[in-house]
Amino acid sequence: MSKALDAAALRLQFPILNREVNGKPLVYLDHAASSQKPIAVIEAQREYLMHYHANVHRGVHALSQQATDAFENARTIVQHHIGAEESCETIWTGGATDAINLVAQSWGRAHIGAGDTILITKMEHHANIVPWQMLAEEVGAHVEAVEVLENGALDEEDLAAKLAKGPRLFAFVHVSNTLGTVNDAKALTEQAHAAGATVLIDGCQAVPHMDVDVQDVGCDFYIFSGHKVYGPTGIGVLYGKRMLLEAMRPWRGGGEMIDAVSIENGTTYAGLPHKFEAGTPHISGAIALGVALNWLKGLGAGAVMDHEMMLAAQARKGLSSIEGMRFIGTTSEAAGVVSFVIEGTHPYDIGTLLDSQGVAVRTGHHCTQPLMERYGIPGTVRASFGVYNTLQEVDTFVAATVKAVRMLRG
Amino acid sequence: MSELLQQRQEEIAEEFEFFEDWMERYEHIIELGKELDPIAEADKLDEHLIRGCQSRVWLLAAKDGDGNVQFRADSDAIITKGLAALMVRALSGLPPAVIVQGDLWFIEKIGLDAHLSPTRANGLRSMVQQMKHYGIAFQAQG
Repeated sequence: MSKALDAAALRLQFPILNREVNGKPLVYLDHAASSQKPIAVIEAQREYLMHYHANVHRGVHALSQQATDAFENARTIVQHHIGAEESCETIWTGGATDAINLVAQSWGRAHIGAGDTILITKMEHHANIVPWQMLAEEVGAHVEAVEVLENGALDEEDLAAKLAKGPRLFAFVHVSNTLGTVNDAKALTEQAHAAGATVLIDGCQAVPHMDVDVQDVGCDFYIFSGHKVYGPTGIGVLYGKRMLLEAMRPWRGGGEMIDAVSIENGTTYAGLPHKFEAGTPHISGAIALGVALNWLKGLGAGAVMDHEMMLAAQARKGLSSIEGMRFIGTTSEAAGVVSFVIEGTHPYDIGTLLDSQGVAVRTGHHCTQPLMERYGIPGTVRASFGVYNTLQEVDTFVAATVKAVRMLRG
Repeated sequence: MSELLQQRQEEIAEEFEFFEDWMERYEHIIELGKELDPIAEADKLDEHLIRGCQSRVWLLAAKDGDGNVQFRADSDAIITKGLAALMVRALSGLPPAVIVQGDLWFIEKIGLDAHLSPTRANGLRSMVQQMKHYGIAFQAQG
């Protein structure tokens, strides 16, 4: 058992949580869409901009060297955080979406051709669907999706059948943003590799909540975004096995990613990781993401998970008393997500009435329309928890939901 | 006829005057939503759907014998339906020209202007635009 989190004390590190919304203290339960930032992360960005902002990798002057050191140090932090073998296997991207598009357009164009299959699942975020559909359209491949069971787990039988058809790639979500389902990344990777597929994992909702070790999982690509893990927006990470990354062509051309440029003789590219980082990167974002990951590690991944599971369990218990309550995704509470619909009410109405009581939740399809279609619902109300949420906030949320339902049914 | 629009807006503004917080306002909007006659299922066609809302909103318009525009609206979310009810109450039965030119000041007056931002998912903005479009179309018919 890890040492329990003291959420009440942790909250003091999040200035935004002091504010009021509609005259009520803010209860922020939209962590899965974006997490709030601790003061350490805010200060890291400020410190950089106040004291050592300069462009990286090219200046001989002190500021540029200091910025470059901090930027590359952050890369090493990411490497250790996700257990990559080498720091050059972690590429900075504009976000998780950007990272998936990079793989689709670089690795995908080289390895997926006419008649090939790209396998995804029905619980993917649109960011892990649309880039593959665009690629498939361009090269004449097609996209198939593994079915999801009623409880929100992947349909193992369907997976086995679809893997047996020999897809080139299996791209799946580690933790579902809508259902909270935690997929067994390692087992799925082994299964996919045995079928000859390359594996890409969308880890956006995993990295904020649990320890991830990409070498243990064995996947070929792993991606996550900064802003869902207490870091800034506009920065994300692509992990790829060195062998694969080295063989891949750059996706975007420009400065920073070159070895030598000549009009007559053409251009040669820089080595890893820079060949995938054209243009001036989001330097302060990368540095602050490193700070965020260290900050999170300091809390202990076990403690984070225990805390969020406790909050989710309490929320489910409280919400269960509401007549007509239907939870969407009931396999696991590990990811700290509670997604639901209530008979006779629209998620939008519930979300609006919660907002006017100071409670921020997400309503709608959560960028997972195929999943909504699978359950035959227009959307859900989703409460998602972070380290700074307290049991008291969960109680406020449950009471506010009860009140909303009473008003709507009135 | 624009006096009628003026009068209706004053009525609505008066009605909302004494609500102290958003929960009270929403309670009233929900009531208005419940009181609005639903559109028959057969009329809930995709061509009557307004885009840009998290909930589905249907808006129908027809010209009556006096040349005025009669609106009907419905939504699967009750707060959105309440907003639709307010719009119908303000604009239905008015001549196309008044609908097109009318300044809908009551929206700001009752604090719903924040709901008019294009990023809001409730569709109030789309509703207003669509009603004005109907006005323009009927005006063109003469």
